[in-house]
Amino acid sequence: MKKSKIVVIGNGMVGYKFCEKAIASSLKSHLELVVFGEEPRPAYDRVHLSSYFGEKTLEELTMAPMSWYEEHDIKLHLGDPILTLDKENKQVISHRGIIESYDYLVFATGSGAFVPPIKGVELDGVFVYRTIEDLDMMKAHAKKAKRGVVIGGGLLGLEAAKALLDLGVSDAHVVEFAPRLMPRQIDKAGSGILEGKLFELGIKVHANRNTEHFTGENVVNGLKFYDGEILETDMVVISAGIKPRDELAKKAEISTGPRGGIEVNDFMETSAEAIYAIGECALYNQMIFGLVAPGYEMAEVALNSIAKKIIKEEVSKRNQFSGFDMSTKLKLIGVDVASFGNAFIEAPYCKSITFEDSSRGIYKRVNISNDGKELLGGILIGDAEQYNMLLQTVNNKLPIPENAEELILGSRGGQESGGGIMAISDFALICSCEAVNKGDILKEVANGCSTLEGLKKSTKACTGCGGCTPMVKDLLNAALAAQGVLVRNVICEHFDHTRQEILSLTKLKGLKTYDEVLDKVGTGDGCEVCKPAVASILASLWGENVLENGRVTAQDSNDRFLANIQRGGTYSVVPRIPAGEITPDKLIVIGEVAKKYGLYTKITGGQRIDMFGAHVGDLPNIWEELIAAGFETGQAYGKSLRTVKSCVGTTWCRYGVQDAVSFAIEVENRYKGLRSPHKLKGGVSGCVRECAEARGKDFGIIATEIGWNLYVGGNGGATPRHAELLATDLSDEMCIKLIDRFLMFYIQTAEPLQRTSKWMDKMEGGLAYLKTVIQDDVLGICKELEADMQKLVDNYTCEWTEAVSNPEIRKRFTHFVNAPEEKDPTVELVPFREQVKAKDWNTI
Amino acid sequence: MEATVDTITWVKACNVSDIPSNGGSCVLLNGEQIAIYNFERRGEWYATQNLCPHKQQMALSRGMIGALRNEPKVACPFHKKNFSLKTGACLSGDDYSIKTYEVKVEGDEVFVGI
Repeated sequence: MKKSKIVVIGNGMVGYKFCEKAIASSLKSHLELVVFGEEPRPAYDRVHLSSYFGEKTLEELTMAPMSWYEEHDIKLHLGDPILTLDKENKQVISHRGIIESYDYLVFATGSGAFVPPIKGVELDGVFVYRTIEDLDMMKAHAKKAKRGVVIGGGLLGLEAAKALLDLGVSDAHVVEFAPRLMPRQIDKAGSGILEGKLFELGIKVHANRNTEHFTGENVVNGLKFYDGEILETDMVVISAGIKPRDELAKKAEISTGPRGGIEVNDFMETSAEAIYAIGECALYNQMIFGLVAPGYEMAEVALNSIAKKIIKEEVSKRNQFSGFDMSTKLKLIGVDVASFGNAFIEAPYCKSITFEDSSRGIYKRVNISNDGKELLGGILIGDAEQYNMLLQTVNNKLPIPENAEELILGSRGGQESGGGIMAISDFALICSCEAVNKGDILKEVANGCSTLEGLKKSTKACTGCGGCTPMVKDLLNAALAAQGVLVRNVICEHFDHTRQEILSLTKLKGLKTYDEVLDKVGTGDGCEVCKPAVASILASLWGENVLENGRVTAQDSNDRFLANIQRGGTYSVVPRIPAGEITPDKLIVIGEVAKKYGLYTKITGGQRIDMFGAHVGDLPNIWEELIAAGFETGQAYGKSLRTVKSCVGTTWCRYGVQDAVSFAIEVENRYKGLRSPHKLKGGVSGCVRECAEARGKDFGIIATEIGWNLYVGGNGGATPRHAELLATDLSDEMCIKLIDRFLMFYIQTAEPLQRTSKWMDKMEGGLAYLKTVIQDDVLGICKELEADMQKLVDNYTCEWTEAVSNPEIRKRFTHFVNAPEEKDPTVELVPFREQVKAKDWNTI
Repeated sequence: MEATVDTITWVKACNVSDIPSNGGSCVLLNGEQIAIYNFERRGEWYATQNLCPHKQQMALSRGMIGALRNEPKVACPFHKKNFSLKTGACLSGDDYSIKTYEVKVEGDEVFVGI
């Protein structure tokens, strides 16, 4: 069979997506793929470009490594743009002189930064914000810059402003020509709220300003506006819009729009035969679509158009482009910003309801049809939780509540409004990144798929931005319930019980090993879901050594080796440092041990010290030395109490009203080693200033003039939640009693891997109910909860002390059982800022 | 048809007590890292490559073993990718698979077929 050759010009996100979809389709065996990219590296995630300065490395931003292209036989030429297109002979010639013929040609050349013709734009210190190279150049210049100005207050401009902050340019300004920020997405009131939020973050906004020229000799030193005012600056970043890269198409006499862009029809066909254009270089209906989701859809449409030519059939469902809903929701510098449907329509064509809370930085607007029956669109800033539901309501013309303000304020009558997720149409788009609609998901569930993981795999929903995950989960549960499947939170195929039921049965029957529990309460041979869940229950009930036979191989890897497995297969070591208080002598021991075993050291968020890069075979020796110096295990590896963070309180602080450190040490030592459904964190602050951030913990204690206030159910992490006030002005003893009851009630009733915050969210009656149980004792279990906790406290032993002194257990800490002295030769540590780190696994 | 006879070479890997019951350990055989599992609950022994193909980590021997609808499997400790201990196929829906080896136990000694 002769293969058809597709040449893709451009290796950005959309060009990459085209290749990914092509090799995943049935067309794969008919294709030869050749890709030319102008940039020197394979496609990367441009949407999250600003995280290059912060949380993400280049490897993590890369869509797929070079090896991926090799594996799939895709010929990739990087740093080599196409300069000539010869339509007659169907061939292209690259910058380096490579001549490649094609059967089908796909333009995915994307866009470049639009640079307005402002005088002085060529000065040093003026940048555009588009590629990794741009960012690297900004990085070098930003080192000596104190103030930076971004031209453009759109989406990308605000991203660029965040990038400036991340680069350490603390005085960031945004200049926008229009009278408000993000003129395409939000209205004036919304822009006002957003400006307030940005100001808090250190970004000043100058709207309605038009730059006449940039000032400076060789290096930029300011902007002069048309109104005569001057804004001094050390650097300028231009992010005033995009310009489709259509120069090659133009040269080859393919139709382009008057303001740029390669014209395409519904099938992504350009005016030239066998030539297609997708993504930001394509002009559809006189529009350029500057988001990634429509680009992905175009990639699929183009692939189907080509498939129809080669194998006379389509390879997936999206075969025609018809525009794209440009509703967006995003997190800009930590602030939710969303607009949907017809966001700007105004009276007399509709009624608008707005809600504004400038103290919390929240603005919401919904536009309702004049008859009050239909939601037309709206804007959400500061809190966009209702975005998905509102978008569906618009797209599917769902009925809206009689009091339309309930759409944004929630129902105040107690009764549930609307029909929920099952009321929306089967054609409702759930995942816009991968174009998955409600019907697709229901079909998978009807075909027997019953897990979120399964749905992700079969539909690819949730795998792009992930924003639709909660909705997919709700849809799955609703669809299962509709099938008559009782959605009980059984833990896996081996146990037809909830965690709470397994705990009760295990306690009642006095079961002590995993196999006993499986034999008496479950079926089959177990798995990686029920093993650690049951192991945790056994530890919570009996407090016996987790590494004894019958329990050791039921532990997750971290518990089995009493250390946290890290990239490369080494482990990290975290000794307990209660409340963060440590003597100079102990600090020296940690330093000496880390040096001796070549470990990377870092202070953790819980006020202790983490040592990374330990070979499994070194762990017992490392711990022997730490234990000899008076340390104990920190249980950083377990679903158990981590730390109780403290501030110095009355020990040193001039504001402190109670001795926070001493109380935190007492509390941490009381609950150390306590296994629970998920990890537990605590905090003690010595006054209302709350320096220990106790309200971000599972239990937080804050000093008052006469005692302690106790807060419960707090969490940091992905979904932060402030702990709620349980009781006030408590004595030390009463405070501990309440924590005993709270933690034990949680341990006995929560689901596996459910933090206290989620547990409280799901609890019917919430905090009020919790109070009736652990304060008013309506269930009559408080005494028992306290006794259960006391038993575990009395049973505490340091697991590492036992492990190093028990030869049977100690012998298991080795990589090769037939060559115990030998270390894993594949472990590779590379130098990193005077220490070492694990080799990046994306480059392996 | 020509029959090809694969001759298995049995190499002593370790002693029975070196492998925890219902779990795995790693051995080094001719420079290769091989994970051996004692699935005591089923009275079965298995061996696979130690390398998890997902992120190229030498870690499968430290994973939890179990069953997916009666198919014996190991879950990589890093991201819980599941592999069949019988066929080496990835049960989490990814393309890659792992190599499996035959195991036999004689007295106190464990042999791997290479």
